[in-house]
Amino acid sequence: MVYTKRVDGRKIDELRPMEAKAGVVKNANGSASFKIGKTWAIAGVYGPREVVPRFMANPRHGILRCHYTMMPFSGSGERIKPGRSRRAQEISMVMEQSLAPVVDLSAFPNSVVDIFVELPQTDAGTRCAAISAACIALADAGIPMKDMISSVAVGQVDGMVVADLNYNEESYPAIVSDIPVAMMHNTKEITLLQMDGEISKADLIKALELAKVATEKVYQLQVKALKDKYAVDNNEDKNDRQ
Amino acid sequence: MSELLVQERNVVVPGEALAQGMDFLPGDNAYREQNQIYSKVLGLVSVSGRVIKITPLSGPYLPKTEDKIIARVMDITISGWRCDTATAYTAMLNVRDATTRFVKKEEDLSQILAIGDYAVVKIVNVTSQNLIDLTMKEPGLRKITGGRIISINSQKVPRVIGRQGSMITLIKDKTGCDITVGQNGLIWIKGTAEGESKAEKAIKRIEAKSHLEGLTEKMEKFLGEN
Repeated sequence: MVYTKRVDGRKIDELRPMEAKAGVVKNANGSASFKIGKTWAIAGVYGPREVVPRFMANPRHGILRCHYTMMPFSGSGERIKPGRSRRAQEISMVMEQSLAPVVDLSAFPNSVVDIFVELPQTDAGTRCAAISAACIALADAGIPMKDMISSVAVGQVDGMVVADLNYNEESYPAIVSDIPVAMMHNTKEITLLQMDGEISKADLIKALELAKVATEKVYQLQVKALKDKYAVDNNEDKNDRQ
Repeated sequence: MSELLVQERNVVVPGEALAQGMDFLPGDNAYREQNQIYSKVLGLVSVSGRVIKITPLSGPYLPKTEDKIIARVMDITISGWRCDTATAYTAMLNVRDATTRFVKKEEDLSQILAIGDYAVVKIVNVTSQNLIDLTMKEPGLRKITGGRIISINSQKVPRVIGRQGSMITLIKDKTGCDITVGQNGLIWIKGTAEGESKAEKAIKRIEAKSHLEGLTEKMEKFLGEN
């Protein structure tokens, strides 16, 4: 079986339809919702606040802490047991490490910025969606950052290098690789690079070139979500009078 | 060749290029990387001469000396009170700085300020690790009694106060309330029940629309209608 056409009919560099919004959780200091295809992430940022437990506090700069959670009925298979799991812990850690290079908490020693990401619905690419949502939420919370981080998965399905794999492609019965990538916008520095499966060196280079283009598309959407929150509403006066 | 890449009052995101070339200087919340100046926060651009600074649209409060804030007493220690400042840092208010009268050695400090009480205080000292010292010994600084306390984002405080206090005077006049605005985003409103809820609504509205121009006129209309 040769993979010549993608299962959902997309072009090889085409991402699933995306949607993003900043400021969706009222009680958080900053928040965002990020949808890509059927995958949906909601991020809330709290802080800088006091560090609990105290031993984690760093007197030189503030720390970043991520909490990744898939909701019980978010997947397409078995019910997901809520709470921490090995997988959630690992993803929380890679999220922290991929966001930390841009976040500047030097003005907030002994404090913590908590990022909570909930996934109400998942269809592969959750850690990428979580990172993209978390970055919008951090900017919305007014945390100083030197750049934005955009994340998307690339990979190879039976010899075809594609962007943004969905679950059907990830589980395609052939040699498949899934490479989540997170990148800074200005310098294109990679802050997250993981892989499942197998890929040739030539294809990996091709996939990473594709990731540059794909993360740029995510970046455009992230910027739009943030700017839309503060767009001047031209109908405002009209609405006020009604 | 230097070139400005954004316009005054544009909304910019972190990492967005603001200017190219060495003729411009990065001000607050901006930084230079080689030939370009970038924004460090989500905010509004303001250019004054060669300096480009970003006014944040949201963000945490950074304690500064001489700031008047509203703090909540969270603990009583041997020589004073530990106060919550609505930031990641707690502040110390010493007995000496809390009252002018003589306090005896065994006196119960909760008679002056109890746990859970709010007070209008001023920051006298902030260290590099953001340890804060407070005072309550100046005119206008006191324990809060009655009324209600609301919380807004501290970056919106200048808009709530307005130029030379124009906005806050407007709300005070229209609602008949006493309003004390803390730089940390806590606001104490005291007046009639109706006045208080009207003032609260007005302040929440300013917070939501703080990025727009001509806000004082809009608020005058809003307060006139209701």
